[in-house]
Amino acid sequence: MHAINAENLVVRVGGIRGRNAVDGLTLRLGRGVHGLLGPNGAGKTTLIRTLATVRKPSAGTLSLLGIAADGGLRPVRRRLGYLPQHFGYYKRFKVREFVEYLAWLKEMPPAEIPGAVATALERVGLADRAENRMKSLSGGMIRRVGIAQAIVNSPEVLLLDEPTVGLDPAQRLRFRELVVELGQRSCVLISTHLVEDVAAACTDVVLLSEGSLVFQGTPADLATAGTGEHVGDSPIERGYSALISQNAGGAW
Amino acid sequence: MNAHHPSEEMLRRYARGDDMAADQLWAVESHLETCAPCRGRLAPEPIATAVWAELAPLIERMPQMPRTHAWRRRVHGWVSPAAGPWLVMILLVTAAAVALDQLGSGAGVSLVLLIAPVLPVLGVAASWGRALDPAYELTAATPRAGLPLLFRRTTSVLAVVVPGLTAASLLTGLGPSRWLLPCLAFTVGTLALGALVGITRAAIVLIAAWVLAIVAPTIAFSRTSVALDLAATPVWAGVLLLGLAVIAVRRMAFTGLEANR
Repeated sequence: MHAINAENLVVRVGGIRGRNAVDGLTLRLGRGVHGLLGPNGAGKTTLIRTLATVRKPSAGTLSLLGIAADGGLRPVRRRLGYLPQHFGYYKRFKVREFVEYLAWLKEMPPAEIPGAVATALERVGLADRAENRMKSLSGGMIRRVGIAQAIVNSPEVLLLDEPTVGLDPAQRLRFRELVVELGQRSCVLISTHLVEDVAAACTDVVLLSEGSLVFQGTPADLATAGTGEHVGDSPIERGYSALISQNAGGAW
Repeated sequence: MNAHHPSEEMLRRYARGDDMAADQLWAVESHLETCAPCRGRLAPEPIATAVWAELAPLIERMPQMPRTHAWRRRVHGWVSPAAGPWLVMILLVTAAAVALDQLGSGAGVSLVLLIAPVLPVLGVAASWGRALDPAYELTAATPRAGLPLLFRRTTSVLAVVVPGLTAASLLTGLGPSRWLLPCLAFTVGTLALGALVGITRAAIVLIAAWVLAIVAPTIAFSRTSVALDLAATPVWAGVLLLGLAVIAVRRMAFTGLEANR
């Protein structure tokens, strides 16, 4: 059984005169860390939102953890972790309070919440900031609270939209370690535009262009697609630009 | 590193925490740091194992950090964390309306009656939707997102608005039958329209409709609009029922992002 199983998924955005942000995507993802790459406007955020069940697909089928995601979503959502691209939070909440509130929204058993919150904050290195107000944190710390709330319910499907934005280099290294650890027992999908994050932390790369799947494979496979004449500083970057320019006429 | 492994006797004394010469202690410790086989030789004492076996489950169960106060958790189970300041503002507006009515500046028109329908609309918009709730997308992805949570938050808004208006109507000598139904009809109307076009948009539409259909005629003719007359009661009741029906049909809309627009 795949944790994420999307079949000919179409997601239309922007109303009547809109476009298909995700256009006939078939994707199967199991346990591990999957990097979702693609140029701006490729449909990464729309795809992650659809997988997080906050957006309904216009066509096609989606099942998460073997359960069709079209009717009662509660059982699936309890096993889901989601960090949106624009992570909004309550400024007056303490860090611990905020993660606790999200744990409550995720319907965790009340007895398990304090321990789970402490563990989640420890994993993102914010245990010493638990009693601080959210408004007193730096951008990188806010992002880490976002990661903590996503993992607080030990999700089996973890969806992170641009999680490394605002993290400094040391924090990004720590984040990669955490993600590799999480990927051993869950299906982690990370949307990013930083190719080196994918090379370092992901077992699998999903490349999206104009709403369609362009490539799925290991980072090493992606690297072999590029040659010396393609743009990029590393083999994997060259592979990325090779595949994107084939499909969309330029990485821009 | 150090080819000279510590003796059994030395290790046992180290493990028990017996008195050792400082240089010996230091030598054993630094050797253990680099030598995995010797760390393995540090066999756990049977007593220590037994004590740990009893302690571990206790430590698991004990909260590592203080929890949020029970009352705060209970409040946030009902009131949206974003709505607090708005609820305070609603009470202040009610108080201001009472004060203006008492001063008699309304020229025969009751301000309390005029603001009653629109107050809960503000409260609901503050509780749900991307305009005023910063964590709307996080909330939308959780299992609790949906009609039950929205009803809880709406109830908490009404729990502030209705007692406020009751006090206001007692002070100004206004019967509750005049304002209660319009107030409830606008609340349910926000949710119903919200299920179709999103709560924020619904609130904007309803506030605009309220200004055009109720406030404007009141100011133009200096008399209370017929919509707030007792004769309009069946109409308000009809709107209320229609709203509830729409919510029942479209209840799944609140589990996604679309009702947040």
